[in-house]
Amino acid sequence: MTPFTSLTAGAAPLLRDNVDTDAIIPSREMKTVGKTGLKDGLFAGWRYTEVGGREPEPGFVLNRPAFAEARFLLSGSNFGCGSSREHAAWALAEYGFRAVIARSFNPIFRGNCVRNGIVPVALPQDAIATLAQEAPEAMTVDLVARKVRAASGAVWTFEIEDESRQMLLEGLDAIALTLLRRAEIEAFLDADCRRRPWIYNEATTGTVN
Amino acid sequence: MTRTLFEKIWDAHVVADLGDGAALIAIDRVLLHERTGGVALRSLAAAGHAVLAPERAFATMDHVVDTRPGRGDATVMPTGTDFILSTREAAREAGITVFDIGDPRQGIVHVISPEQGIIQPGCTLVCPDSHTCSQGALGGLAWGIGSSEAEHALATGTLRIQKPGTMRITVTGRLAPGATAKDLALHILSRIGSAGARGMVLEYAGAAIADLDIEARLTLCNMATELAAFTAIIAPDAKTLAYLADRPFSPKGEMAELARAAWRDLASDTGARFDREERFDAAEVAPMITWGTSPQHAVPLGAEVPRAADPARDAAEAVDRALDYMGLVPGQALRGLPIDAAFIGSCTNSRISDLRRAADVLRGRKVAPNIRAICVPGSTAVRMAAEAEGLHQVFLDAGFEWREAGCSMCFFAGGESFGPQERVVSSTNRNFESRQGPGTRTHLASPETVAASAVAGRIAAPAELGDA
Ligand code: SF4
Repeated sequence: MTPFTSLTAGAAPLLRDNVDTDAIIPSREMKTVGKTGLKDGLFAGWRYTEVGGREPEPGFVLNRPAFAEARFLLSGSNFGCGSSREHAAWALAEYGFRAVIARSFNPIFRGNCVRNGIVPVALPQDAIATLAQEAPEAMTVDLVARKVRAASGAVWTFEIEDESRQMLLEGLDAIALTLLRRAEIEAFLDADCRRRPWIYNEATTGTVN
Repeated sequence: MTRTLFEKIWDAHVVADLGDGAALIAIDRVLLHERTGGVALRSLAAAGHAVLAPERAFATMDHVVDTRPGRGDATVMPTGTDFILSTREAAREAGITVFDIGDPRQGIVHVISPEQGIIQPGCTLVCPDSHTCSQGALGGLAWGIGSSEAEHALATGTLRIQKPGTMRITVTGRLAPGATAKDLALHILSRIGSAGARGMVLEYAGAAIADLDIEARLTLCNMATELAAFTAIIAPDAKTLAYLADRPFSPKGEMAELARAAWRDLASDTGARFDREERFDAAEVAPMITWGTSPQHAVPLGAEVPRAADPARDAAEAVDRALDYMGLVPGQALRGLPIDAAFIGSCTNSRISDLRRAADVLRGRKVAPNIRAICVPGSTAVRMAAEAEGLHQVFLDAGFEWREAGCSMCFFAGGESFGPQERVVSSTNRNFESRQGPGTRTHLASPETVAASAVAGRIAAPAELGDA
């Protein structure tokens, strides 16, 4: 995972509420059993003139030349709602987005962003309106200081839990991090086998073939 | 100190405190399906990680598997077979039990987990699927995760989680005849909106919830993700314990005694504090239907398309966009709107009780001409039970297609779909743009409303149909 500290880049406004993960990456675009090859399917339903086609819809924000270099996406409330498919975060990351700045996020999608090097930034409506007005001018997302700076100089602070921030800053792999605690996990399982034996009992578990 | 049901489960699963409100939480069960399971398992293997406890993971084929009679590994969805083959192979390599095509235990993951007794009160269960919240109906903490988190849970037996807040929705009174758990879910969505429980563990409580049977509770909890909740949960009671007795993977004998004793202590303590509380009266719930492209766009079936957007919830342009997509205008009556298709299925409403109620509406009646009507049982076990009761004959005689179990046309994945601008009344959970096909217009409702609408050829409640 590519670490994220601070980045100054253009932003693309997609100011709709409830942008769901099926809009971000339609199910029909998830053709391969893997995490890559998704960037062309990003927002496919809005980005192309017809279903399954690749003819750009000229009005869609990502197709406008001014936003071609955008690395931030601006949006409304409840961004990433719907299906938990992580393909939405994979597609955004593969396309090149490094942060989504929205009024609010769906919780599963938000976690998926953090695990894929995309900073989820929740800001109030007026901040997003200002940033959208100034887009595509470069703005800054500073994860170290937890701040967003508009081209015009306005600054907003955003909230992000320490754990997520640390993972993004250092580009950490959560599995490797957790496996450092293997001894604690084993101690828990040992004790839990006695507390709740039915969870581990062979009658309730699957067969290991 | 008093604790909520959620807090009791959380406390019992803390492996380590990670600071700032986060903890490493033990995961008792991981469920996978072929849409994302193969990807997660292969990526895990590629990174050199083994599955820590394969015997506590289960995989099923539901999302892309074909549901037409006589199916095999071939799918209508292009490349769908790759997902089936890779999940089967990766799960076998990892030693994970697979409920495969042809296995009587196969079905939609949220239907089979309760049916098989995999979800249990007080356990933690995760699945890379947003409707995992359904399973909270059995009193376990079950929630949807992304693929990376699924890999994490498989490799470490834990997840790193920020402790969510708690919310209780108390539903008093009784549902009126004709109003179902689906209508209650849509009623709540219409009142508190699609962000109404954002990030919260939502406990459903109150007399009306106690009244619901387990399958109805599953329907209600299913739509908690539509409220943006972390998950939903209902305290286990006598109905829960009775439901779980003698399920294939539920505890047996002496283990069952121990488990049941623990399950009885799980309910939220009297006086336990929730971060948020809401109350609803079940008696106010009418049969519901959606008019827009978000599940919060729900109204009683006899109501009109709203004339004005609720500005707290929807920008005016979002409503215009939804109406434009749905081909409706403000003030238009929903009842009587001509439809093209009817769909009964999905993890919301495809259990045996759902099919029985829909069959009661269809018995002795016929689907209106030119309506495509489809019934997809949620699991192979449901299909077999329905066939043993002769329900399939009722559906077939009425003019419904009768399918094999799976997600089917609940969502469009490049395979089968309803057509552009086609109006579908559907017992599913999402009416998003193009959810059931590019340009398809979905109206969410209970299975009985779907059945009645199929017969009438227009949006209708069962009560409106003449004598069968
Ligand atoms: S039935 Fe529909 S909502 Fe349920 S798991 Fe399958 S695709 Fe998802």
